[in-house]
Amino acid sequence: MSVMPPQRLADAGELASAMNVLADGLASELDGRTLVFLAGIPTRGVMLAQRLSGLLAAKGIPSEAGAVDISMYRDDLGMRGGVAPLQATQLPMDLDKWTVVLVDDVQHTGRTARAAIEAVLAFGRPRRILLAVLVDRGGRELPVRPDFTGMAPEVSLGARVRVHLAGQDEGEEGVFIS
Amino acid sequence: MKWTRKDLLSLADLSAGEINFILETTAEFKGVGQRRMKKVPSLRGKTLVNFFVEASTRTRTSFELAGVRLSADVVNIAATTSSLSKGETLVDTAKNLEALAADLIVLRHSAAGASQFLAERLRAGVINAGDGAHEHPTQGLLDVFTIKERLGRVEGVKVGIVGDIRFSRVARSNIHALTKLGAEVTLIGPPTLVPREFARLGVGISHSLDDVLGDLDVVNLLRIQHERQKAGYFPGTGEYASLFGLNAARAERLKPEALVMHPGPIHRGVELDGAVADGPHSVILDQVTNGLAVRMAVLYLCGSVSGEKEA
Repeated sequence: MSVMPPQRLADAGELASAMNVLADGLASELDGRTLVFLAGIPTRGVMLAQRLSGLLAAKGIPSEAGAVDISMYRDDLGMRGGVAPLQATQLPMDLDKWTVVLVDDVQHTGRTARAAIEAVLAFGRPRRILLAVLVDRGGRELPVRPDFTGMAPEVSLGARVRVHLAGQDEGEEGVFIS
Repeated sequence: MKWTRKDLLSLADLSAGEINFILETTAEFKGVGQRRMKKVPSLRGKTLVNFFVEASTRTRTSFELAGVRLSADVVNIAATTSSLSKGETLVDTAKNLEALAADLIVLRHSAAGASQFLAERLRAGVINAGDGAHEHPTQGLLDVFTIKERLGRVEGVKVGIVGDIRFSRVARSNIHALTKLGAEVTLIGPPTLVPREFARLGVGISHSLDDVLGDLDVVNLLRIQHERQKAGYFPGTGEYASLFGLNAARAERLKPEALVMHPGPIHRGVELDGAVADGPHSVILDQVTNGLAVRMAVLYLCGSVSGEKEA
């Protein structure tokens, strides 16, 4: 199999527009009176949740951002060549009053989102859980569908889609396929 | 870094990075104990066998609860109920456990090296829960975790380990973990129980608790076993307590923020007085709570890797 050089699906500007699409979608769904918690799924979802919180604030919708680590809830334990470090989970103490928006960079099989839902429910019973993903690349293996999608490119099943974020990854910001 | 070991046999084997990896994982599992739902599905469908060929209640219970909190199926086997008492060898017993698809075996055994012996022969992950006078790695980890949690660091912390060092697996595991993370360790006790050879492990040695007490950030008191007295290692518990027991008068000379630790079960009035065990310096019950989190972390890490080898 030949190794293809990484191909750019979106540059920094297009990534920013996709984030705006997500923010617009969320803004139309949330009325500004609900308590909104943006729970990023590590690693890149955490930074995206923070950015999304800023975009919502500009639209007059207050929210808080944190993280939900899903390692303990995965269904592929021991299939990934060693165990990666756990990341801190930051969720509100009184979760039952909040609407939780799960934020991830790439949606693929849906297994990550499923694990994230289970992880959040271990902390309480939020009023509502929504799922926002920057890139929906297709290939679902579970009936878990994002509520909000930034972009949905056509991607072949075997391809790897990576999101590079300034401040987290080296090189230029954008969405890449390899 | 990633965790890649299926077994936890000794802390002497581990790098400082691996020890810190376990401590960081432990901090997250301690958080699980504060959730509304205290159970996580990490080891769902996996079988954990607690195989205790030497009596233990608290360590076995801690491992059992750790396995349950990780959603594993947990089976306990004690020496008296196993076929070992009918002459079956250790490895035959363990192979039988593996034939029943045990994914993780927690072993407590009176022979040093028993866990390693099994780990080399089985696909299952093996966790050493104490092997003779060799090591008790999860106890060493929970002690270091408790120090780090309370004092914010391990490097440069002055730790005194008091008592039966010669025969203590707890002391050995503590020495390895603490020195790797940069603590200054002093072993304290009568010359019969604290032999000079231990200095080779990079620790100080003192035969007088009173000489060093005021300088320590942590005093870890080990249980004195009556069998040692019968064998002549020290004259009597009364004399031991007067020289090496942490009584109320000695406790007044501790630094204000100093920690008093004990792996349990405590002999009140021998290693330490009840008032000190229940007093402001004591973190003995923190050790118990942290022990559960450490064991969840270790079972999670090794259970993930041992599953990988089967796949």
